[in-house]
Amino acid sequence: MENIPADNPGQIDRRMALKWIGAAAASAALFPLASAQDKLQRPAGAAPGGKRIGTDPVLNKNYVPGDLWPLTLTPKQRKAAASLTDLILPPNNPGDKLPSQLGVQEFIDEWISSPYDETLNDRPVITEGLDWLDAEAQRRFQKDFADLAEPQKCAIADDICGKTAVKKEFKSAQNFFNRFRYLAASGYYTTPQGWKDIGYVGNVPTVNFDGPTPEALKHLGLA
Amino acid sequence: MAIITEKELQSNYDVIVVGSGAGGGQSAYTLTMNGVKVLMLEAGRNYDPVTETPMFQSKADAPLRAMGTREKPFGFHDATVDGGWEVPGEPYTQASADPKQRFDWWRARMLGGRTNHWGRISLRNGPYDFKPYSRDGLGFDWPISYDDVAPYYDKVEMLVGVYGSNEGLENTPDSPNGTLLPPPKARAGELYVKKHIAKLGMPVIPIHRAVLSTRQDHVNFPARLHPNNPKAQKIIAKAMQERAACFWATDCGRGCSIKANYQSTTVHLPPALATGNLDILCNAHAREVTVGADGKANGVIYVDKVTGQERAVKARAVILAASSGETARILLNSKSNRFPDGLANGSGLVGKYIMDTVGASLGGSVPAFENLPVHNEEGAGTHVYIPWWLYKDASKLGFARGYHIEFGTGRRMPGLGAGGASPGYGKSYKEEVRQKYGAGIGFAGRGEMIPNKDSFCEIDPIVKDKWGIPVLRFHWKWSEHETKQAAHMEATFAMLIETIGGKARKPEADGSKAIEAGGRIIHEVGGAIMGADAKKSVTNQWNQCWEIPNLLLNDGSAFCSNADKNPTLTIMALAWRASDHLVEEMRKGNL
Repeated sequence: MENIPADNPGQIDRRMALKWIGAAAASAALFPLASAQDKLQRPAGAAPGGKRIGTDPVLNKNYVPGDLWPLTLTPKQRKAAASLTDLILPPNNPGDKLPSQLGVQEFIDEWISSPYDETLNDRPVITEGLDWLDAEAQRRFQKDFADLAEPQKCAIADDICGKTAVKKEFKSAQNFFNRFRYLAASGYYTTPQGWKDIGYVGNVPTVNFDGPTPEALKHLGLA
Repeated sequence: MAIITEKELQSNYDVIVVGSGAGGGQSAYTLTMNGVKVLMLEAGRNYDPVTETPMFQSKADAPLRAMGTREKPFGFHDATVDGGWEVPGEPYTQASADPKQRFDWWRARMLGGRTNHWGRISLRNGPYDFKPYSRDGLGFDWPISYDDVAPYYDKVEMLVGVYGSNEGLENTPDSPNGTLLPPPKARAGELYVKKHIAKLGMPVIPIHRAVLSTRQDHVNFPARLHPNNPKAQKIIAKAMQERAACFWATDCGRGCSIKANYQSTTVHLPPALATGNLDILCNAHAREVTVGADGKANGVIYVDKVTGQERAVKARAVILAASSGETARILLNSKSNRFPDGLANGSGLVGKYIMDTVGASLGGSVPAFENLPVHNEEGAGTHVYIPWWLYKDASKLGFARGYHIEFGTGRRMPGLGAGGASPGYGKSYKEEVRQKYGAGIGFAGRGEMIPNKDSFCEIDPIVKDKWGIPVLRFHWKWSEHETKQAAHMEATFAMLIETIGGKARKPEADGSKAIEAGGRIIHEVGGAIMGADAKKSVTNQWNQCWEIPNLLLNDGSAFCSNADKNPTLTIMALAWRASDHLVEEMRKGNL
């Protein structure tokens, strides 16, 4: 982890942010890469897009996936990705948007299309995983994954999500699912709706910093 | 005078300041407020936090959810541009292939340098920290004491704005009443740690950070900063009124467009420019200091990075504040018949005794923090810390010097990995993510490294940068004082997490594995140490090079020890002190 830079500097000591985020997401950072037995191949190494962020990008503008490097997913893969994103992160409230409406699958596409060492291994895992998902949906239900009824989607997801023991033949698919979920959650919980869902209410200018509420202090036995 | 182009350079200045960060910014501020005409050379581009800072962009607005990359190591929105552990076209080399002997050199090629993104932790060195050799026979005593520096700590704290409190603890100095700004309240998890570790004798107290928790006292501070100097008082009073108090949102590491935190670019340089006595030339990479027939420094040769051409500028005195590594590099590259081993290197100590801070960390999760009632825990970065608490036990520990502990808790802005390690998917997955969000804790130690003969930099005999300037080659070795300290940190953090009822990740018992690589804490100091003896040091107590008194080293290079306290505040205090002395010497005609 030492050389993987912090995603969240300055909030505490900047280097510590790295460790702290790492602590909160310990296993998220340790998903296994595709093993040698897996059919999912490691990339040859060449970055797909070529264009990088650079050392001096404009910082105070808003970027969308595709701004810096071309995206990868085919329309079919993108459809499967959108559908799986919505299955993993269903809206809490009636008025909420689906994660796919917030562009979470586009973030995943941006990620796997980027020319960085940190993202390179995910490209084959995600693209081949999405292909597998449609193929498995066809095998079981004769439809693409996105066109399945929810119980059918769940039947496949239950086999690979790792909540119960995963059969040997689904190990590659499980690896895909873990990684996809990591990316989908990262994409979703960084949006304002995701903030609301997770219970993050910061980043709002206030005159005073009030510290913990009486309820929070009581929760911790500090009241 | 202003931020200028090469064509607008004047033929002569009083002082050239190389570098625009904490040391350069403070030097330029002090000199120009005293009427000295200054040219500042900055190797990077002009940078304006007021217009460039991404204050409210969310991580979703950045490529890759703001992931750190080789080009933007602390994340997309981090203030640093054209900087990092790698700078394209400007390599440095390692003497050893052993990863334990590498030194990773952080540079920021931009106006304001590393002050734009730093953690703003602003702790004073204590009395012990200036006399470490006298206490345990290791390293070097400074030629000055805490009392010599204290008035300058006072001034710097008032000038830049530092929040914190006075706790009266050993070797953890108090500030005069009315100097510090009030500290922000502790977060829920911080209070929880404080309560549960009190029995261990480990104090949890407000940390000091260069952030305006309230606006500065622009009525009373100016006269305390600049007695008998009405012009300076007027300028700084106005500059203080142009800074807003923190509004407790956005990440300090991005910089601050409302000037609520300290960056050289928002705090030192605007009033210095307002004096009319400062020219700043950006994209001017200093290559060497020139020396006249009288043996005094008389200017600087720099590379204009826009045209690639070398230029020379002249002045009566030169201050290097280019970062300790870069300052050593400039001195070593300033070779002449008179100074064949580089400038100010009669002691042979230029480049020697480079130091970083000992760093190790451990994280875990705390079930008690789960499902904490939702509230805003953003605040302003670090609020509390644990100062070194074992001064009395130093002889029993197996390592000589101490460390302080920084720790983080709370419901902070979600980033990559926000989904944690919860299994499954759907509603139950989301519920578990919400339950565990904010339940993490991370402890990090920041400890003192003792200078040693095996940690130094020199000029690489072969490699040059894209401008043709020979680069640095680093040698690095931690001693057992540091690795044992790192192991102690790991064991302590595991114990702390257990004490508060949490579950720690596995602590690293081998200190040589737990310790961060040299340079990773970015507290690079030393390389031109100060001392009382010209044969055993590079500068005197006024940061003047022994052999060339009109050449000052006003960055961390003159540090002869590196206390656990983060170095920036001390760099500024010493730069102010040295610049005051330089003004006096120039007035007296001694230089």
